Amino acid sequence: MSNRMTNLLVPIVSVILGLLVGAVIMLVSGYNPLEGYAALWNGIFGDMYTIGETIRQITPYLLAGLAVAFAFRSGLFNIGVEGQLIVGWFAAAYVGVAVELPKIIHLPLAIIAAAVAGALWGFVPGLLKAKFHVHEVIITIMMNYIALHVTNALIRTVSDGGDRTENIFASASLRSEFLENLTEFSRLHLGIVLALVMVGVMWFILEKTTLGFELKAVGFNKNASQYAGMNVNKNIILAMVISGAFAGMAGAMEALGTFEYVSSKGGFTGIGFDGIAVALLGMNTPLGVIFGATLFGSLKYGALNMPNAAGIPIEIVEIVIAVIIFFVASGYIIRLLLLRASAKKKEAK
Amino acid sequence: MEYVIEMLNIRKEFGTFVANDNITLQLQKGEIHALLGENGAGKSTLMNVLFGLYQPEGGEIRVRGQKVDIANPNVANDLGIGMVHQHFMLVENFSVTENIILGSEPTKYGITNKKDAAKKVQALSEQYGLNVDPYAIIEDISVGMQQRVEILKTLYRGAEILIFDEPTASLTPQEITELIQIMKRLIAEGKSIILITHKLKEIMDVSDRVTVIRKGQGIGTVITSETNPNDLASLMVGRQVEFTTVKGQAFPGEEILDIKNLVVQDYRGVEKVKSLNLNVRKGEIVGIAGIDGNGQSELIEAITGLRKVKSGTIFINGKDVTNMKPRKVTESGVGHIPQDRHKHGLVLDFPIGHNISLQTYYTKPISKSGIIDYNKINDKALQIIKDFDVRTQGPGELARSLSGGNQQKAIIGREVDRDPDLLIAALPTRGLDVGAIEFIHSRLIEQRDNGKAVLLISFELDEVMNVSDRIAVIHDGEIVDIVTPESTSEQELGLLMAGHTGHKESQDLTKKGEDQHVE
Repeated sequence: MSNRMTNLLVPIVSVILGLLVGAVIMLVSGYNPLEGYAALWNGIFGDMYTIGETIRQITPYLLAGLAVAFAFRSGLFNIGVEGQLIVGWFAAAYVGVAVELPKIIHLPLAIIAAAVAGALWGFVPGLLKAKFHVHEVIITIMMNYIALHVTNALIRTVSDGGDRTENIFASASLRSEFLENLTEFSRLHLGIVLALVMVGVMWFILEKTTLGFELKAVGFNKNASQYAGMNVNKNIILAMVISGAFAGMAGAMEALGTFEYVSSKGGFTGIGFDGIAVALLGMNTPLGVIFGATLFGSLKYGALNMPNAAGIPIEIVEIVIAVIIFFVASGYIIRLLLLRASAKKKEAK
Repeated sequence: MEYVIEMLNIRKEFGTFVANDNITLQLQKGEIHALLGENGAGKSTLMNVLFGLYQPEGGEIRVRGQKVDIANPNVANDLGIGMVHQHFMLVENFSVTENIILGSEPTKYGITNKKDAAKKVQALSEQYGLNVDPYAIIEDISVGMQQRVEILKTLYRGAEILIFDEPTASLTPQEITELIQIMKRLIAEGKSIILITHKLKEIMDVSDRVTVIRKGQGIGTVITSETNPNDLASLMVGRQVEFTTVKGQAFPGEEILDIKNLVVQDYRGVEKVKSLNLNVRKGEIVGIAGIDGNGQSELIEAITGLRKVKSGTIFINGKDVTNMKPRKVTESGVGHIPQDRHKHGLVLDFPIGHNISLQTYYTKPISKSGIIDYNKINDKALQIIKDFDVRTQGPGELARSLSGGNQQKAIIGREVDRDPDLLIAALPTRGLDVGAIEFIHSRLIEQRDNGKAVLLISFELDEVMNVSDRIAVIHDGEIVDIVTPESTSEQELGLLMAGHTGHKESQDLTKKGEDQHVE
């Protein structure tokens, strides 16, 4: 079997296997898998409204995935995308409600605020890693909790004891009448354009700039990078800052597009953590992140339709979705099985 | 004659690439059989076939006359085949015994029975004169000792046939001598040995017969006592090879590198370089001879800016570079072929083309205002690959998949191409075959003849003697003497390296024996 054939077959076989095992789970739980999958399909592609909502769901996954992937490419495990996203969300919403400015200034300002907040949240673990060799996983996990509770407190402060802010001014919103009309008034917003531009930005940084060259070199081999005269510490900090900025922008998507406000949270959004899976599914490449985010966003959003349309309890739905993603992530095993099957065939001949 | 192992007409393919083509190797009982070939000739592949890691596409393997199918390493173990790997497979913070029993732990009432195992290890160690402490922790013992643990591991598992894969690559001359004794002892106790190597001297010293392979082809088997290093080298490379490097007279000019009273500490704060003075002039090669661990690494790291200097000064071209950042040192005209090419020399997961521009990626014409022109990187890579005969599929191939010799050629090409005034070459030929060594030595001499200063650090006396114009002997962080190759002998150098200054040779020899014991 040629390489290209295998590359094409692996994702297809993975998804089919995932769907099959998911079907078995639904069957033994006493639900009709055909109805379940029909509901899933309709939940993703049913009409223009659901398509719009699916794309809206994909948007923050794209940016969170980029954040994780960017750090991975620089040899860092940024598990703090969640926290960086939360502070970005708050910063964007705060700029959105605190002042009213012409849209051409207000909207970019709110997005930049989110990126800066996220970058700052990434800077701290980056600095600690570079200067004191503290492992970034520990710091970023802790920074997640700090982000969650600090923003909750700030939200109470700015809303005079309430648990959500006012809606942002229209001048800071990412919503677009054109997209709403196109998708039967879904919440699809312009953020998807920004997210796709950022995919291009990440590709450009990594593949075209000297900064990207250094980041990748440091990610692969710190000793050789130092030998070659690169500033390893500077690169570690920069990688975390840029990664944090992507994560902050993912927060801006929620603040300026989907919700247009920020409310205090009982727990994490999960988007930042799912971003890890998105990045890994996409093998940490910019294009791969588009694939991972699309898979994650579609399944997550489409799954919401399964309890309503097919009467499958949300717990079963979550297991089924997890199984499908599990199989896609196990592409390596599938590849191995395919290779072995083709080797057997060869022997039989 | 009885053969314990017969590998007959072995063929191994990887896709369209034929790694082993019709190779035959017959190991007699009680002999040391050398397997000789250049890097990438297919020696490791052949041994991996024997050890069950690869399945051959053709040919057959017989053990003690019986045709066998070695499906995996466990089968090889059961057949009494043991392998002493080049890169030791040891758990650093486990004891010797724990490492030896790893994977087949003896148990008593369900609990690992280390005590009996340690006794058995002790007994084996004594039987073969290995002198290994069963309770020592791996990270505390020397590389030579670690290798003996690897040997014990195979003996413990009942190996009758031992495969040594490049066993001397990381050993000091002293340890090599001891290893050779151990191998002879193993033979005396009835074992048989396959020795994989490309060092002709060792083959002449220990082996009974030699099987030569070249580019995957079996060239033939010769009896060691009926051949000589020159013939072996020609068989291996396929052409005549020069042994003593041809070089003309040196015409040294003004000083390029000037080190005064240099003190450098290692990471634990121990002084490894102690008030060291050294200079290297234009148009000469200064070789630093010394036993590993006498401050060579710290010295180079201090010159290149990778390690902080405690006191003293380093001048390059009259410019003070003491404690400058590596990039500033590089830009001051220093090229550096690092000691460990995998750790420092290359980003193994980068394409070889990227690696060739590892220090110049940010400079014009490759890069303008922070944007890299990868076409320029590619062009540069193609030029180096051509000029330095780097055998690779192209600039896009990962550095990891090149053979050691070709990786080293790429590094040397990269460093020489920047046209540095001072070229530091640390163990530039470590682990390379004669063809590559010859090439690298001639390149170093070419640098010298172009009026550059070359500082060569090597653990191999042959290399220091052949290539250097002056030899600085380092011992315990100090240059104890500076001699010329014409006025010294390997013996004198050996004594100097061991810390014996002056000329009380007979006395020193007895003292040397004692030192050995202390270790």
